Amino acid sequence: MIVYIIRRLMQAALVMVVMSVLVFAGIYLIGDPVLMMISPDASELEREAVRKALHLDLPMWQQYLLFVNDALHGNFGKSFLAGQPAMGLIFERFPATLELAFASLVLSLAIGLPLGVYAGLRPHTAGSKTIMTGSILGFSLPNFWVGLMLIMVFAVLLPDLVPGWPRLPASGRGATVDVLGVKLSFLTGDGLLHLLLPAVTLSLYKGALIVRLARATAREVLPMDYVKFARAKGLSERRIVGVHVLKNIMIPIATVSGLEFGQTVAFAVVTETIFSWPGVGKLLIDSILLLDRPVVVAYLVIIVFFFVALNLVVDLLYSVLDPRVRLESRAT
Amino acid sequence: MTTLSVRNLRTHFFTKEGVAKAVDGVDFDVAPGEILGLVGESGSGKTVTGFSILGLIDPPGRIVEGSSIRFNGEELTAARPERLRAIRGSEIAMIFQDPMMTLNPVLRVDTQMIETVQAHLKVSEADARDRARKALVQVGIPSPDERLRAYPHQFSGGMRQRVAIAIALLHKPKLIVADEPTTALDVTIQGQILFEVQRLCRESGTAMIWVTHDLAVVAGLADRIAVMYAGRIVETGRTADVIERPMHPYTKGLIGSVPSQNTRGHKLAQIPGMTPSLLRLPRGCAFKARCPIAIDQCNEMPALEEHRPGHWARCWRATG
Ligand SMILES: Nc1ncnc2c1ncn2[C@@H]1O[C@H](COP(=O)(O)OP(=O)(O)OP(=O)(O)O)[C@@H](O)[C@H]1O
Ligand code: SF4
Ligand SMILES: [Mg+2]
Repeated sequence: MIVYIIRRLMQAALVMVVMSVLVFAGIYLIGDPVLMMISPDASELEREAVRKALHLDLPMWQQYLLFVNDALHGNFGKSFLAGQPAMGLIFERFPATLELAFASLVLSLAIGLPLGVYAGLRPHTAGSKTIMTGSILGFSLPNFWVGLMLIMVFAVLLPDLVPGWPRLPASGRGATVDVLGVKLSFLTGDGLLHLLLPAVTLSLYKGALIVRLARATAREVLPMDYVKFARAKGLSERRIVGVHVLKNIMIPIATVSGLEFGQTVAFAVVTETIFSWPGVGKLLIDSILLLDRPVVVAYLVIIVFFFVALNLVVDLLYSVLDPRVRLESRAT
Repeated sequence: MTTLSVRNLRTHFFTKEGVAKAVDGVDFDVAPGEILGLVGESGSGKTVTGFSILGLIDPPGRIVEGSSIRFNGEELTAARPERLRAIRGSEIAMIFQDPMMTLNPVLRVDTQMIETVQAHLKVSEADARDRARKALVQVGIPSPDERLRAYPHQFSGGMRQRVAIAIALLHKPKLIVADEPTTALDVTIQGQILFEVQRLCRESGTAMIWVTHDLAVVAGLADRIAVMYAGRIVETGRTADVIERPMHPYTKGLIGSVPSQNTRGHKLAQIPGMTPSLLRLPRGCAFKARCPIAIDQCNEMPALEEHRPGHWARCWRATG
């Protein structure tokens, strides 16, 4: 177990080194951040001063070593533009993204799992066929289009046309509550309302994925001898489906949910942009455009850490759900 | 009174390719404490017979009208699903063929045993666990407390089958259907389990149907034998009678392929040919195509008749 975690962390460190070199080289090659930062009519002297202050006059490898030295001391530099510590900027935004990703995951599980299990148990009913057709739709509709449609219908058309129809908010996080210094939306009614449309947008694809996965696994598990044996023991249908079948279904679901959660956090940019959700995706895109290297690097460091932690959680969950799996053997 | 009385049991599968009459008119009785050996080659309908008794036939299969399964006088083919559930696992238990597949791999053994106790009895978890422990001891599993906390993959095949047997014994059932419970195990363990199961049945008066394709296994275990072929019983009687004086050519062929002291080292006598497809059964005796002594009359289906006291056969050429 300890060996496993250490090995995981070493892998993460390696990924981090490679990533930071790539990002450094990439931004170094793209252009000069200073040109983005000060007015075009500033004198060469002023630019030089800024370059010196940010160590941008040094050769790239020296800049990199300086960064590594600082990073090892926990200092990821200040944003070239905002002048605030890069880490601080990201930590301010990260909870919003996590919250959105988590809400969409919960939503997709809450809807996808029961529908998928039902479709697996009764594959020939009209209801199941409708569910499966619907899941293809959920699969193939592009995210941004769904987001825009939801805004149009629930924030514009319905409230305009139907008197008394509540208008759903389509921008920002709404009211938040401070919990241990972290702002959370889902604890206020207003925040929940703001969370609704973007979370539904993101959960559509995930929900469809979970429906199909749950159905496929249920079809696989149901003919197993141990299900028939459970019936031969005289267990109720509820216990058989709720425990014997569901526990087996949860194994692939847990893995896919973990991967999907990571994907959402890393690629929520589109949805965050459409709904003006003040998450980290928007910050990253802006920082890349403005060559704000410290923010980009700090973001990548956090994302790598996040993925390592996420994989760890998924693996732990996996070993809890499937007793045949031992972590040591999976780490190799 | 008999524990189980099966009359004209017909279980058919209504598939796209046609109706597979997996069980087609089976009759037998099992008395308390008696072991009936149900013998037949692969596909003859032994498992389907067992599942029919427990009411575990899934679509497209169905027990056909006119079948009767009386268990302690109660007609099971007319019982409601909830009643069948209550009987399963408590009064009629089943042991499956493949011990590697019968226990749920993601649930601990204690979970799988305790749920079986609590499905039929309103007892606390501690009491249920106690019962589970006693059942494990009964089937000869050492350090039961430790084994209860383990997962199935931590057991060998033989140990898993013992756990499955312990689960079957939890409620002291009146009837156990054992579907080739030892075929997947090696010979030593097979012998141990046979011996123990026989002892348990004798001690508690449990009736048992022991399904197998291996006549040698039931020869030393069963009181009576029923030989199945293509969904029908072709010969039945007391074990000694059937083994020593078989009447049906199929049974004779089976006995010819049982290795005994004097044939050891020689090639086993095989019955030539294959089981006919259930979808395209010939008219008349289903064994006709493989029968060495078939006559014209065999184009009509022979009835199961008592040619000697207590010894029945379904063959035109059987004699007393
Ligand atoms: N779900 C099903 N759909 C269609 N036909 C079936 C189904 N289950 C069983 N059958 C038919 O019933 C026949 C008898 O099957 P059964 O499992 O009872 O044989 P068996 O005597 O137990 O054989 P084995 O020794 O291989 O276990 C099979 O040959 C098959 O044609
Ligand atoms: S009835 Fe005829 S074909 Fe069938 S077993 Fe007897 S002799 Fe052979
Ligand atoms: Mg079978």
